[in-house]
Amino acid sequence: MSAPRPSSAAGRWVREHLVLVLGLLVLAYTFVPIAIVVLMSFNAPASRNVYAFDAFTLDNWANPCADPSMCDALARSVQIGLLSTLVATVLGTLAAFALVRHDFAGRSASNLLVFLPMAAPEIVLGSSLLALFVATGFSGQLGFWTIFVAHVMFCLSFVVVAVRARLAGMDDHLEQAAMDLYATPAQTFWRVTFPLVFPGILGAALLSFSLSFDDFIITNLNAGTTTTFPMYVWGVAQRGVPMQVNVIGTVMFLVSVAIVVVGEVGNRRRLAART
Amino acid sequence: MTSTAGVAPPLEAAPLPPDTGRRRGRTGYLLLLPGLLWLVLFFVVPFYSLVATSLYDPAGSDFRGYEMTWAVGNYVDALGEYWRPLLRSLWYGAIATLFCLVLGYVLAYAIAFKAGRWKNLMLVLVVAPFFTSFLVRTLSWKLILADDGWVVGTLQFLQVLGDDGRLLATPVAVVAGLTYNFLPFMVLPLYASLDKIDPRLVEASSDLYAHPAVGFFKVTWPLSLPGVVSGTLLTFIPASGDYINAELLGSPNQRMVGGVIQSLFTDANDYPAAAALSMVLMMLIVVMVLVYVRRAGTEDLL
Repeated sequence: MSAPRPSSAAGRWVREHLVLVLGLLVLAYTFVPIAIVVLMSFNAPASRNVYAFDAFTLDNWANPCADPSMCDALARSVQIGLLSTLVATVLGTLAAFALVRHDFAGRSASNLLVFLPMAAPEIVLGSSLLALFVATGFSGQLGFWTIFVAHVMFCLSFVVVAVRARLAGMDDHLEQAAMDLYATPAQTFWRVTFPLVFPGILGAALLSFSLSFDDFIITNLNAGTTTTFPMYVWGVAQRGVPMQVNVIGTVMFLVSVAIVVVGEVGNRRRLAART
Repeated sequence: MTSTAGVAPPLEAAPLPPDTGRRRGRTGYLLLLPGLLWLVLFFVVPFYSLVATSLYDPAGSDFRGYEMTWAVGNYVDALGEYWRPLLRSLWYGAIATLFCLVLGYVLAYAIAFKAGRWKNLMLVLVVAPFFTSFLVRTLSWKLILADDGWVVGTLQFLQVLGDDGRLLATPVAVVAGLTYNFLPFMVLPLYASLDKIDPRLVEASSDLYAHPAVGFFKVTWPLSLPGVVSGTLLTFIPASGDYINAELLGSPNQRMVGGVIQSLFTDANDYPAAAALSMVLMMLIVVMVLVYVRRAGTEDLL
């Protein structure tokens, strides 16, 4: 009876920690390409055609816009991202309120309509829009505005889902308390409901911006001759990638981590203040 | 005045159905209208346009215009010519989804049950790498899997690959890229359903002398099925429609159907064929998803 005991204790240790170790390994694997991106941002390539680390340099960071067409594409992606996020967030938040707080005929059909664009493959969404633009005679006007229209369309669903989740998970006792204390519906909304939903709206907006900023497949079909940042990278991938692309990749990573950390710290503070 | 104010809230609250707390009336429609209109105009109508385009006379062009001839033959032609990339896409998508499921399950399980107070940090770390541009990430896989890189070198040393063996321009690289890029779509739904499992259920199974493996397959796995189903769908659908990995990491022999559709639209300007192929992909995915969901016995989850 005494012999199995240590082995089962060892077995338990392995069981307890093996999964965690394996999980951390998977997590580490997801960071390998990021490490390469950061490393390559300090690379002075031997020639334009060789995509391999050659020598350390700070030049790429000092001159991120060495290829002005990259920064043009980047600026266009930021503009499209901000504009489509603004529109998608407003329309999506209104729709989420309607779907959670209001009852009307066609509510479940609307929920389905919101869900479908997220479930369809991007190539199908992109081809459909292009087919529409061609059929309506807009094929000559493909560019900034057709990209904007497409981005609002696919960001909208994600915004609705994110805000709807926040609203549905919200306890309405605080709103009832406000009403009991004679707050008008407008006061209740702006002083109680909106501040409670706001983190959800902010998260939805961030998600929407990153979806828009990073989209390639739908954009590439509906962009005409306009170039966004992912399309620029696609173009140079065939003929030699400037290392500044990795500087942008690194900055994107750092900015998003910073946003998440600030949000998390803010959350902790709020929780700490409440208790 | 105080008395009317005191009476007002219950009067307002009276028409509320007490179970849902949802208000009836026109406000709901007004709030929904702008967003819904956008989706109808730029998602539903375009889909109709795609169906129409797929049935146009294939002899037309963007300049001369297209004629609606109900050319069902477009579908036959598209299938006959492009069945290889089509099947390849579904196949690569399925393998990548399987790899994602294995890797993602381990990671999601570790976060849900083993991470303790590091749970939130680990969740953030799962998403963080994917905020870098999709294309830049995929390019860095190109570097990792390069012919003179250490991965190929190690595999050659271990005799897994021949001396002139390579990873780039093979299905391995494409599936590896797809697996990597769509992993978070698997991890997050898996985590959401694993995190809801009451650990006492697993304890109970071990109290009743179930082997841990039995406990896992009889308790944890069935309870995590909703996450498995939504995770596999969220991974499979975009992975089989993707062509970035195939074009950057593969060769023309690994071409996926998304790339074919793209170039039929923009290079060949053969809109009817492109639209027909796009429709075929969509229909195949819908059929596969329906069969899969039915077999998984989780129809009510969708």
